[in-house]
Amino acid sequence: MKLFRVAGLLFLMALTSSCSDTPLNSPYVEKSGSGKVIYTSFSERPKHLDPAKAYSSNEYAIIAQTYEPLFQYHYLKKPYQLEPLLANEMPQVHYYDAEGTRLVGKIDDHEIAYSEYQLSIKPGIKFQPHPSFDLALHKALPKTWEGKSIYDLPLKTRTLTVDDFIYQIKRLADPATQSPIAGLMANYIVGFAEFANQQSALKKQFPDVTKSQRLKSKSLEGVKKINEYFFSIRIKGKYPQFINWLAMPFFSPIPWEADEFYSHPFLREKNITLDWFPVGTGPFYLRENNPNRRMVLTKNPHFHADYYPSDGHAGAKEKGLLNDAGKRLPLIDQVIFSLEKESIPYWNKFLQGYYDASGVSSDSFDQAVNFSAEGDVGLTQRMIDRGIGLQTAVTTSTYYFGFNMMDEVLGGRSEKTKKLRQAISIAVDFEEYISIFQNGRGVAAQGIIPPGIFGHLAGEQGMNPVVYAWQDGLQRRSITEAKALLSEAGYPKGVDPATGKPLVLYFDTMDSGPDSKARLNWFRKQFNKLNIQLVIRGTDYNRFQEKMRTGSAQMFMWGWNADYPDPENFLFLLYGKNAKAINGGENAANYQNAEFDRLFEQVSTMENTPERQALINEMVSIAQQDAPWIWGFHPKAFSLYHGWYKNAHPNLMANNKTKYINIDPVQREQYQQQWNQPVYWPLVLILLLLACLAIPAYVIFRRIERSTAL
Amino acid sequence: MINYIIRRLLYVFPVLLGVNVLTFVLFFVVNSPDDMARMQLGDKHVTQAAIDNWKQQRGYDLPLLWNGTETGVQHISKTIFFEKSVGLFVFDFGLSDSGRDILADISQRMWPSLAIAIPSLIFGVLANITFALLLLFYRGSALEISGLFLCITLMSISGLFYIIIGQYFIGKLLVLTPISGYSPGLGAFKFILLPVFIGVVSGLGTGVRWYRTLFLEEAAKDYVKTAKAKGLSDLQVLFKHVLKNAMIPILTGIVVILPLLFMGSLITESFFGIPGLGSYTIDAINRQDFAIVRSMVFLGSFLYIIGLLMTDISYTLVDPRVRLE
Repeated sequence: MKLFRVAGLLFLMALTSSCSDTPLNSPYVEKSGSGKVIYTSFSERPKHLDPAKAYSSNEYAIIAQTYEPLFQYHYLKKPYQLEPLLANEMPQVHYYDAEGTRLVGKIDDHEIAYSEYQLSIKPGIKFQPHPSFDLALHKALPKTWEGKSIYDLPLKTRTLTVDDFIYQIKRLADPATQSPIAGLMANYIVGFAEFANQQSALKKQFPDVTKSQRLKSKSLEGVKKINEYFFSIRIKGKYPQFINWLAMPFFSPIPWEADEFYSHPFLREKNITLDWFPVGTGPFYLRENNPNRRMVLTKNPHFHADYYPSDGHAGAKEKGLLNDAGKRLPLIDQVIFSLEKESIPYWNKFLQGYYDASGVSSDSFDQAVNFSAEGDVGLTQRMIDRGIGLQTAVTTSTYYFGFNMMDEVLGGRSEKTKKLRQAISIAVDFEEYISIFQNGRGVAAQGIIPPGIFGHLAGEQGMNPVVYAWQDGLQRRSITEAKALLSEAGYPKGVDPATGKPLVLYFDTMDSGPDSKARLNWFRKQFNKLNIQLVIRGTDYNRFQEKMRTGSAQMFMWGWNADYPDPENFLFLLYGKNAKAINGGENAANYQNAEFDRLFEQVSTMENTPERQALINEMVSIAQQDAPWIWGFHPKAFSLYHGWYKNAHPNLMANNKTKYINIDPVQREQYQQQWNQPVYWPLVLILLLLACLAIPAYVIFRRIERSTAL
Repeated sequence: MINYIIRRLLYVFPVLLGVNVLTFVLFFVVNSPDDMARMQLGDKHVTQAAIDNWKQQRGYDLPLLWNGTETGVQHISKTIFFEKSVGLFVFDFGLSDSGRDILADISQRMWPSLAIAIPSLIFGVLANITFALLLLFYRGSALEISGLFLCITLMSISGLFYIIIGQYFIGKLLVLTPISGYSPGLGAFKFILLPVFIGVVSGLGTGVRWYRTLFLEEAAKDYVKTAKAKGLSDLQVLFKHVLKNAMIPILTGIVVILPLLFMGSLITESFFGIPGLGSYTIDAINRQDFAIVRSMVFLGSFLYIIGLLMTDISYTLVDPRVRLE
């Protein structure tokens, strides 16, 4: 009887859902479509939601909405422009010499021993509602609380002060936090390394003292509180890019109460930690966090006054990006991130209207995008009929094919090896690579700096003359020219005089599975154009990293994604002192050029002026001639949006874009209903077919029943 | 029987110790603690000091198996192997290398896995047995040949294909169920319909042929002839006698996997967005999270041993002739 009851209950549930106005196939339990909610997904659990640790895009998708640093990138302006967020104004920067005397007037960069950033914050900003602000909860949690949601506990808030910024900088320094930028910041912030050592010693000496008490007990020399709303950060030398770091979540304020609250062992056992439940001042707070199923951002009721920008780049108004100008942010109430590991279900649900936006994966590329005869990108008719829009943007990233400059055959700065690298650079046709393996989503790189970053030059001015010539546009130099260079390099017709056989070169790669076969064969073919034999050395992640660290790889492919929109963040990838095999830096090719290094040191502390552009041009030209990389390509991001998803704009530096997005829920609901009408007749057909099958089955059954043996 | 169970439980300890040693050796042959730290800290701006700090914070700065700098028992106890293994034997899995409590994660993620696995198993076994008995019933007829042909066809199709076609046909074209997603509680019903249906259908080919083989063997035995001679109908013989006598091999197959059900299915959970344990281990291997890998391998081995023990016990329940000594 029980079984019948359960079956009846399930049937009733199915019936109820089919009778409601929610489509049968809705992937949401609550009514989807209505309400100003963004529906999106995550494919894997973010590693960290602690702003001191998080450093990848899937983590920023959450924390950049819950935490706010001092500055942000203007949503609509190009080139990228910083503006105050929690800061009251842009910082005043004072310079000091080694004796601590403030430098005024015209300052020579060599004189500067310290830079001091004077920072002020907006008054009256409040944190999101959170139980950590109820100090009584630090001592004991209510016995009636089962540990399901921290938002079932009493919630309080507190006004933001500069102490919260200082506390976070101390957290960055604390070795127990394990911030990925701790090593980098130790090079800049005065007293950072000393504070870290002090905290290590304190932790050993007083293991029972909580983290917040330990951090608050000592001061950090370079970070000084002036009053509740003013503080200063002193850094070594001149480092203008420091302000870009201040615009990253690393420098978001954290209340000490959060660390104290989360130190409760009961919370730790339930995986309720600051690494999973943020406490910020942002437009949203993480109301629900099950990183194995879904995460829900809800509008922060205490969010400070923040308004949609009233100005933007040329064409912003025509694109409708200023329709919400001056409106109070955020424009939506909630963001629901659902677990979606595979691209095929995601794509189908996007087409059903259950996700608001989508990237374009290789699986769905042909369904979504087509190229005109002129090579222009457009949407397929099916997408247009559904009111879907497309946005493309060249990312501030670069993927390159590197030569190890420490290698005997390819490396060094001799004329011969240089010509060998130049010849290979011509032969490896990255336009073809983009067309075959990226579905045309990319731009062949001419140098190290991607479009959108100061220092990048477009057109003939920015052309790499080693690989291209200008004939009404970029024309890749011919293989004949490459072969001539190869002969000059001492390998006529690609033959190594030492062996009398084709020159053999080695490409180390982590992609050695069956999926990469076509790509690796393509690389072999490119080298074959010069009669060079390319040997692929497939390896796992660990061994590949090891080869790069020890400088034993000959050629490799690698990429870099901008931390901030400054050319220094790319040029430093070729700075000699950053050589990976020598100093463990990010210069994976181990490129060394004294002139390049000298110019880098000069350029890295300059403002964006024509003089800086001229020096960058010089650096780019040196690197193009030396060819330590085949410059590869800058990927192009393709994004699709439904018609009800407003204000989408490809700002590649702003991580806190969600607050600007608007939703038309009425339109979404209408389309969801229209696109998701169930089709029953095939089921009826299948049932009829089964019934037809039952007839011969019954005939045979009767025959067997009448027979005598099994 | 009690003595037998106690003896079998005592065997668990050396087996688990062996499994633990093997996991440890295999993991650290491929990954060094430095590699693990690099994987956790990311690619950008990682310094050796940060790596050393990570290892020190998580206890990976000790020697792997033998600490030459210590004395006495501490030669062994002050090692990564000892410190990371002791807790396992009291099911204290500790924190993952990314800082989450493993037991809390397992206890949260096992329920969605069970929500798919239990109905798939029940309906799968019922469907397999029913179809296998029907095939036996229709032995020698065109229906049996068609059924076997269908079974072989079903067996020849990859599991992934069923999922993609199922999602496309039922979720996308017929718009009857969500393509993917999950909700706890009763709300899970509409989300598990499609994966369970696909799970049952994709297992039919193999299952039906396996059970048919078992039943064929039973059907050839003398008691079947006796039953028929006594005038029982074919259906009565099949469903009452043959099925009952074939229970031992059926139980062997089912009971042993019962404890492992909550470990989930990698592909099904991945495609249907089920927040289960299916991808927990593989994700941990990819992230080089040794804490999770060793815990899951340990747990898997333990449950498998328990499954085998339960199988032995279940024999005594279905066949009174079996005695455990």
